[in-house]
Amino acid sequence: MSDTVTIIASTSGRKRRSLTFTIGAFLVGLHIIVGLMTLIWTPFDPGAMSGERLEAASLLHLAGTDRLGRDLFSLIMIGSRIALIVGTGAIVIGGLIGITIGLLAAFASKTLDDVLAAGLDILIAFPTLLLAMLIVASSDGSSLWTAIFAIGIANSAIVARLTRILAKRVLSMDYITASRISGTSWMGVVAIHILPNIWPTLLVNLALQFGLAVIAEASLSYLGLGAPPPNASWGRLLQEAQGTVYTAPLGAIAPGIALVSLVIGINLLADGLRDLADPTRRSRK
Amino acid sequence: MPVIFSYLFRRLAILLVSIVVAAAILFVLLRLLPGDPANALVSVGADPEQIEAARRQVGSDLPLSEQFFRFIFSLARFDLGASFVSHTPVLPEIGKRLTVTVPLTLMAFVLAIAIALPLGIVAAVKSNRWYGSLISVVSQLGIAVPVFWIGILLVTVFAVNLRLFPSGGFPPRGWARPDAAFDALVLPVITIAIVMSASLIRYVRSATQDVLGSDYLRTARALGASFPEALIRHGIRNASVPVISILGMELASTLLGAVVVERVFSLPGLGSMLLLGIEQRDYPNVQGVLFISTLLVLFLGFFADLAQRLIDPRLRDRSGGVAR
Repeated sequence: MSDTVTIIASTSGRKRRSLTFTIGAFLVGLHIIVGLMTLIWTPFDPGAMSGERLEAASLLHLAGTDRLGRDLFSLIMIGSRIALIVGTGAIVIGGLIGITIGLLAAFASKTLDDVLAAGLDILIAFPTLLLAMLIVASSDGSSLWTAIFAIGIANSAIVARLTRILAKRVLSMDYITASRISGTSWMGVVAIHILPNIWPTLLVNLALQFGLAVIAEASLSYLGLGAPPPNASWGRLLQEAQGTVYTAPLGAIAPGIALVSLVIGINLLADGLRDLADPTRRSRK
Repeated sequence: MPVIFSYLFRRLAILLVSIVVAAAILFVLLRLLPGDPANALVSVGADPEQIEAARRQVGSDLPLSEQFFRFIFSLARFDLGASFVSHTPVLPEIGKRLTVTVPLTLMAFVLAIAIALPLGIVAAVKSNRWYGSLISVVSQLGIAVPVFWIGILLVTVFAVNLRLFPSGGFPPRGWARPDAAFDALVLPVITIAIVMSASLIRYVRSATQDVLGSDYLRTARALGASFPEALIRHGIRNASVPVISILGMELASTLLGAVVVERVFSLPGLGSMLLLGIEQRDYPNVQGVLFISTLLVLFLGFFADLAQRLIDPRLRDRSGGVAR
């Protein structure tokens, strides 16, 4: 009796999980397609005044126009590309630095490890946004790449801490000792045992960091620390639209929907990945 | 009892070291800002002598090491200097700003807990019902939404369309007019509380889930306690341990993250002081805000850790080492 219940529960659970994965993949795929498309085509020239100022939505201008008469839908489409660049850039930078430091800490002597761990804790206590704000402010001119770099650095502390914990767990296993005794170098241990064991969790975390990076960059742009249009991110569009929210509320809503759909897509994808990567989770519940 | 004292001393030592390290990080970050801080004092096209005089005034002509020690000692005396732009002392200005940011953060924090605790527990206990799953799904959506967008949406609905609350600003005389000040904070508080409760619900839910699967809850039930009784007596205390450390972190990040919400609602809080300071290259202001908010964050972490020890005897009795 209880067995049947478990089986039913587990199949319905798996169905729901594969559904989250599908929705996530769909949303992210949509943004990737739109983002790639903007490289060759947008409905209107995003920099040109293609209509009256603050036009309402119409078949011609799907999301209306902004206060300079630029087609908002084209700008939002470009926002997809910007967001994808931001997310990818930030997790590549955060991942490279974070995984390296995390592995170093895991292998380091007790003292060095303690110092690194405490340093990471302090860095993590600083919110990503604040750290990114300082880095952007300390560089001349706010470009997209400064923002990506700043967010990547800020995220690397979180990745490093996670890597350190995961790697230490693997390192305490008996098979590591066995592997060392049989002559594997430390680099070999990293490549053969540690990375393959920790990548599923790391990947899920990086996917979540992707979403957080997109939100962080949008916030920076919203605060006026991002790139100006026509290569503006959704945050900048929202900031500009807030001033005209009385006359053209759509401008303050549409870019937000685009942003949230991408971040939710990434989060669902991360959930789906977690279940795919971890067989013990797959059968539980 | 001695164990908790030795823990207290260790934790205090860590707190002190963290403050010094944070001050050092702050020093490095601020020296990374481009341009000489003295440039903020002189007008464009000033002759070299004027620049030299300005550099002497702000102390940027000294060697870095000496600058660093001066910096640390002035922080230790809570001497944060005066703004380059308005020439007002930094510390009183921060105090004034805190009368906006602290009520904003605390009210949002209380509201977020009031939303997240019941919803998180329901989401865990009733995970097989539609409303249990609904709570989980909505909180999942909530963490994907940037805080400033929620603010803009609330402004659109409640300030522009319904005209219930002001869309931004703060009464110039502050809390001298409590009703106006409170009205100005309603939408910002709700904005922060929505975002905060979305992530809190997830923590509360998973902490409750852990408790639900525990042996001691089953034992309590077997000994005849009703489900709500067992949950209140054994569940909540156990589930609150991880939640408290999260609460400390959340409160800290809200305090620092208020910068965005303050911009949305044009509130004259700590965050807007920081942002303005960065725009105007007003070093004493930037440095002061960052130092005071870092202090607050570190102290919050300290108290959260202490509260955790007091609640959970298992942590309390474990001698030595700081729990990671």
